[in-house]
Amino acid sequence: MFFTYLRRELRRRLRQATFTALGLAVGIGLVITVTAASDGVKNGQAAVLHSLYGVGTDITVTQPPVAGASRATTFGFRQQIQAFRHGQIAAGTKININNLVNTQYGTLKSSSVAAVAGLHDVRSAAGGLTLNDVTVTGTVPAVKSGSGSLASSFTTNSFTVEGVDVSNTSLGALSAATMTAGTGFTPGEAKADDAVIDSNYAQQNKLKAGNTVAVGGTSFKVIGIARVPQGGSPPDVYIPLTRAQAIGKTSGASLSSKVNTIYVSAASATTIPAVQTEIARALPKSTITDQDNLASQVSGSLASASSLANNLGKWLSVAVLIAAFLLASLLTMAAVARRVREFGTLKALGWPSWRIIRQVMGESITIGIIGGAAGVALGYGGAALIGKLAPKLSATVGTSGAAPAAGTGGGVLGSLLRNTPHTVSVTLTAPVTISVIVLAVLLAIAGGLIAGIFGGWRAARLRPAAALAKVE
Amino acid sequence: MYKLSGVVKNYKKGRGTVHALQGVDLVIDDAEWLAIQGPTGHGKSTLLQILGGLDRPSAGTVDLDGVNLSRMRESRLTKVRARSIGFIFQTFNLIPTLNAAENVEVALVPLRVSGSARRARAEQALLSVGLGDRLRHLPSELSGGQQQRVAIARALVKEPSVLLADEPTGNLDEGTRDEIIDLLENLWVERGLTMVLVTHDSTVASRAQRLGQMNDGRLTVTPVSGQARQPGPRPTLG
Repeated sequence: MFFTYLRRELRRRLRQATFTALGLAVGIGLVITVTAASDGVKNGQAAVLHSLYGVGTDITVTQPPVAGASRATTFGFRQQIQAFRHGQIAAGTKININNLVNTQYGTLKSSSVAAVAGLHDVRSAAGGLTLNDVTVTGTVPAVKSGSGSLASSFTTNSFTVEGVDVSNTSLGALSAATMTAGTGFTPGEAKADDAVIDSNYAQQNKLKAGNTVAVGGTSFKVIGIARVPQGGSPPDVYIPLTRAQAIGKTSGASLSSKVNTIYVSAASATTIPAVQTEIARALPKSTITDQDNLASQVSGSLASASSLANNLGKWLSVAVLIAAFLLASLLTMAAVARRVREFGTLKALGWPSWRIIRQVMGESITIGIIGGAAGVALGYGGAALIGKLAPKLSATVGTSGAAPAAGTGGGVLGSLLRNTPHTVSVTLTAPVTISVIVLAVLLAIAGGLIAGIFGGWRAARLRPAAALAKVE
Repeated sequence: MYKLSGVVKNYKKGRGTVHALQGVDLVIDDAEWLAIQGPTGHGKSTLLQILGGLDRPSAGTVDLDGVNLSRMRESRLTKVRARSIGFIFQTFNLIPTLNAAENVEVALVPLRVSGSARRARAEQALLSVGLGDRLRHLPSELSGGQQQRVAIARALVKEPSVLLADEPTGNLDEGTRDEIIDLLENLWVERGLTMVLVTHDSTVASRAQRLGQMNDGRLTVTPVSGQARQPGPRPTLG
């Protein structure tokens, strides 16, 4: 009798039931589409960030540059600049200087890497050096001592270099890369003058495996070409960390036993906050960054899409869902009001209140399930549409035309080198996961339950005599 | 069977109070047929609802076979209605989305009768009221008289000891009215029901054994001459 009565009643008010189910479908479909789009944006951001910091890296540890260090840095050309200004190098002298310098961060001791790796809930840690190889060529002009601009007389070329811990390539900048030619590093190559080149850099500079490339004045043999996943702004050249420490400079000093980035992998996503706290305790002056912090540094339409999905999108779908639930509840209560005499009769025939409430709730939940199924279909359709349109979004990482970053140095050579922002293109997807489908089903049942509770409450309060006295 | 002592029922209406029943005393014997007449709004339907446990008196007691209905918990009262009391309404009150057989089955649902037994008893009940060929018809496909027959079948399918009818012929034409009253009388005789019938129709009222007159919430009962038929013993369930 329960299902017969339920089926017949829904058929009787088919229009109203369809309207209610449709309202729930739109709300649930919107939740699925927005969640899928949000996941797609997160995946895009993760792809951008993974290419920067590598797959598997949960936290990066860096050190802010020492105050006042920028003036002294000048990319290691301090002596030469002094010589230029005081006329100690004759006009017409040809200059060709190549240095590998630390320009972005302060430095940490290599022993810090082992200290971090030994912390509780840390799966592993690896050190790295993010450096710039700067070559200045040109001819010394005739300038008055202590004055004048030298910038126009020289040409500067630079590329980024990453010193990689070859004993732990599962973390760090190279972890996300795939080799398109040659081989990657092996642990035995810690002291070798071997280099891996980024595929874009190799293409631009016509480099291939077997060629040589000069890094910090030292010739390195190219052993492989690496491609980083889309969305990256990877280093141009990778060399073993030990070699980077040997030939690199920071503020004129050696980088021996130094790193400027520690890549950390936590035991699980839930332990990341605890790991951050432990690292802060072990290295109190360091800057600790997790994926969420990194995401906030990404600008461009990808960041805008993320903001749109997480803010407007989320609240819009919540508002529509609440409206759908309210509508379903109101319509259910209205339907119960129209059936007052019917329910009064059932009570007169000996139906207990719980049986009548069960009937009302059964009708509401059925409408909720139908709305949920339609909502899942709508959500899939919305996500598929996003996938089909596959809009390209841009992600910009780094400053753009701003003043030199701290530590890059001012003066002649500082003006020749800026921290150039990197903008990459990311294709937006909208993956629909099982958890989102489960969420949709639960929302549908919740919608039906809420509507049923309101309707059932109204039905339960009916006094048979009053219900039968009502004239329809 | 029924014993009412000093039953009072008041309703609040706006700022005032409506005294629907004012100290009704009444005894109804087993298998008796009592008709209640009176002008509209003088308490006839209120008395019927109190007899059926659909409403509670403001004062006084209502005993059914020695059990005080006026003090009973709602859940127990619902069970009494489910087992022992059949209702027939002026407007039939059939469920519009269920067919004739299903409308009759609805009365057996609270008794947790199995599906197949329900269907069989519903079919038998409809046969007994002459609607064996209308089992699958919806109320909208039945005439007024047929709908009231379905309602009678629904009231009697559970073999109640009491049948309460509130203006059962009020919405029917004269010919159909006579058919329905004939049917009710026959069933009363066959089944030994205690029947209380509210009507404004003197023709209908004169068929009863006793006649109650409601005036301003007060009841006066007198025997009806001319009712020769007597109910038989109540059949036991097979």
